[in-house]
Amino acid sequence: MAKQVKVYSTPTCPYCIRAKQFLKENNISFEDVDVSLDSQAAEEMVEKSGQMGVPVLDIDGEIIVGFDKERIKEALGLV
Amino acid sequence: MIFDLIIIGAGPAGITAAVYAARKKMDLMVVTKDIGGQAAWSGDIENYTGYQFITGPDLAAKFEQHMRQFNISVKEGEEVIEEEKIDDLVYVKTNKDNYQAKTLIIASGKRSRELNVPGEKEFKNKGLTYCATCDGPLFLGKEVAVIGGGNSALDAALQLLKIARHIYLINNSPRLGGDAVMREKVETAKSVTVLNNTQVIEVLGKRMVEAIKIKGQYQEKTIPVEGVFVEIGLIPNSDFAQGVEKNQFGEIKVNCRNETNISGVFAAGDVTDVPEKQIIIAAGEGAKASLSAFRYLAYSKT
Repeated sequence: MAKQVKVYSTPTCPYCIRAKQFLKENNISFEDVDVSLDSQAAEEMVEKSGQMGVPVLDIDGEIIVGFDKERIKEALGLV
Repeated sequence: MIFDLIIIGAGPAGITAAVYAARKKMDLMVVTKDIGGQAAWSGDIENYTGYQFITGPDLAAKFEQHMRQFNISVKEGEEVIEEEKIDDLVYVKTNKDNYQAKTLIIASGKRSRELNVPGEKEFKNKGLTYCATCDGPLFLGKEVAVIGGGNSALDAALQLLKIARHIYLINNSPRLGGDAVMREKVETAKSVTVLNNTQVIEVLGKRMVEAIKIKGQYQEKTIPVEGVFVEIGLIPNSDFAQGVEKNQFGEIKVNCRNETNISGVFAAGDVTDVPEKQIIIAAGEGAKASLSAFRYLAYSKT
């Protein structure tokens, strides 16, 4: 079954753009959460990741901070 | 495998060098920590010829597309630890592998200078950030501090005007620097308090940033803030380049052909002592460095 992927990001952050690009290239569908527009989602992100930097990826409950390609690949089972 | 050219860095200088080298059919490889460099972190860009207006991430994406059009091996996420020229070859050691080439272009750019105060490392990404463009939106309605007094600090403060409830601009010199237009906007904004002659001495908090301790001319004080934006300038990423000559700021010295003091080793962009750090200048310097490397190869025996 496809994994549930959520990306918490801001429109201006280059690593967010790269992370989303990477998911698209690998045909992974994801929910794109813009934390600059949704302060509740921003709080949820801080709660989940214990920090305030974007992007944060939630892949089936596994929380990855930053565009960490290797960890993202692993969590998605792409390796 | 011995490459004709290794390029360290993929900002405007490194990418332009790669495009020029690819068009000259050189065997090349790009080793880089990230793509786009500081350009990717910039807000609005209105002085890159051909684009009246483009954002940093968009311009960086265009640069990357241009490079990817060629079949270039790009090692992204690799950090160079050491670089050395022995006889006719340059040896590049990264955190993942070792490479060899006949020529090298160092285009590793600059990074944010750190405050070096207690609490800075602990609270990085926990309220303390070096990228107002990226993380600014998370501080909606909050009290924040911007540290610095130059253009990048003013830019951060202006970006935060629409987001934060109140901004303290902590500047360690007697008055703000930067461009007059930006300075006036910041100085007249109601939600900004400028504190000149003031230094940050500690970042405080529990899980996240809660306050900063500052020291003015006469006294120390703690002000409650949830965000700290560090904008105190840049330092060159030149630590790994041991043999090359640098100036007092750590910038690599180059001549007008982008040659360093070591033959076959070139440098371009913000990591060099070339005056004026601009995207378009870095790109042009990258092109020059690549053409110089090409000429060097053409004239060398093998």
